[in-house]
Amino acid sequence: MTLTARRITLPGGAMDFEALYRDERARALATLIRLLGDFDLAEEALQEAFAAALEQWPAAGVPRNPRAWLISTGRHKAIDRLRREKSLATKQAEIAYLSEALTPAPDAGEEPFTDDLMRLIFTCCHPALALEAQVALTLKTLCGLSVEEIARAFLVPVATMAQRLVRAKAKIRAARIPYAVPGQDALAERLDGVLRVVYLVFNEGYAATSGDALVRRELCREAIRLGRLLRSILPDANEVAGLLALMLLHDSRRAARVDARGDLVTLEDQDRSLWDRGQIAEGQALAEEALRRGGAGFYPLQAVIAALHAQAARAAETDWPQIAALYALLLRLHPSPVVALNHAAAVAMGERLDRGLRLIEQLEASGELAAYHLLPAAKADILRRLGRPAEAAAAYERALQLVTHDAERRYLERRLKEVQAKL
Amino acid sequence: MKYLLLIYEKEADWAAIPEAEKGKLFQEYGDYSRRIRKSGNYIAGEALQPISTATTVRVKNGKTLTTDGPFAETREQLGGFYMVEAKDLDEAIALAAGIPGARTGSIEVRPIMPTPKPE
Repeated sequence: MTLTARRITLPGGAMDFEALYRDERARALATLIRLLGDFDLAEEALQEAFAAALEQWPAAGVPRNPRAWLISTGRHKAIDRLRREKSLATKQAEIAYLSEALTPAPDAGEEPFTDDLMRLIFTCCHPALALEAQVALTLKTLCGLSVEEIARAFLVPVATMAQRLVRAKAKIRAARIPYAVPGQDALAERLDGVLRVVYLVFNEGYAATSGDALVRRELCREAIRLGRLLRSILPDANEVAGLLALMLLHDSRRAARVDARGDLVTLEDQDRSLWDRGQIAEGQALAEEALRRGGAGFYPLQAVIAALHAQAARAAETDWPQIAALYALLLRLHPSPVVALNHAAAVAMGERLDRGLRLIEQLEASGELAAYHLLPAAKADILRRLGRPAEAAAAYERALQLVTHDAERRYLERRLKEVQAKL
Repeated sequence: MKYLLLIYEKEADWAAIPEAEKGKLFQEYGDYSRRIRKSGNYIAGEALQPISTATTVRVKNGKTLTTDGPFAETREQLGGFYMVEAKDLDEAIALAAGIPGARTGSIEVRPIMPTPKPE
């Protein structure tokens, strides 16, 4: 992304080239992929077009429609490349395919670009690709992250990540995954898949407090950007609004989640003055909008729960009964063991500690979350509040056996010492 | 583009189905085959004999080695196939989802490698 950090000076004044790159990249690339029928060729052509813009615009001025200029320049760069690389027979066929007729006119408005962007999103998140490949492809093409950046974010070797991308693109070609928006009958299901990818990117950046903090923050920012992008093209989709709201609300607590030593601070103990009020307001409005339109969906419900937490000026003012009720609804509509665990914790806080404990013990007996450290951690927390330090210590020890993130481990060790002191 | 839709099911389960239900399933397969013939997607399709009849062949150093049974013992066995013409993977997936066996077993969708036609 060496092109991004540039400002160029033009006759009319300075222009923020980085902002232009960010805003126009995905749409221009989406259209070029349709025109060229090839991910790699389109990515290279667009890079060349941006390089040409940096060279030419300072003298010639910024074109009236920068995106159309980038697409048309990219198209010509691709044709040049094909001329250099291909044999005469194949190149004539391919160049004929790259006809002007397929290129949106400079004054065509937003619609053709939005359609192409949708095609790109649904292709990157196609269920015939492995989930990890969907994530990698999305970050590479839609967010413009480099292979190195994606590899670092997911803690895999660069060669592994490069291979993953090559394989995904090869499958798109060989199995003929269409560059298309799914039909109405499949749209909702396919959109779920897209949202899962975006949420996974966000969680990868949010849940892990170990590793490179800058890379983590970048992932959250990219996920939110993808959320905004989806919302701009699907303004009526409740699940999209819900997911964007959920990410904004979680991310609003970023500054308060970790203390100066890098240790995790629980929601209860966070300095709420550090929360990002602007993001909370935006998230709350979106969550309410999604719910009001009748979307008791997976993401809107979670967003409303996050909004309730954000509303409490102090932890003690948290509306736990309502949060427990919303988790009960979420559990009924979208059952999963993790939702059941959150429900149990909310019941413990909102109604009675012992009722929450019973629910957690039931979940424990089912064996479904046997390897999930937050199950014994939640149990330990309730036992600690109930004044049963010996059992709490045992549960903290169990959680410590399962935890993988350093900051969470230090938090659990601190709690364990606390309850051991009371024995 | 041609796709092979491979129908994997548990043979043991198939044997346990009462005759009346088997008849119903055969009819469903017949309906499905007629439907994709009519839509123009159908190229070929057959049901296979059980894997107990299968022989696996490989040639190592010029010597033919035959073993009794299928290539791999898995939970589900290849029981039949359709070869279809579809415009892209989404259409092939939709066709695969229509096969009665998709409800009880799994359908593997394999694109067929385009090969140049002999002149």
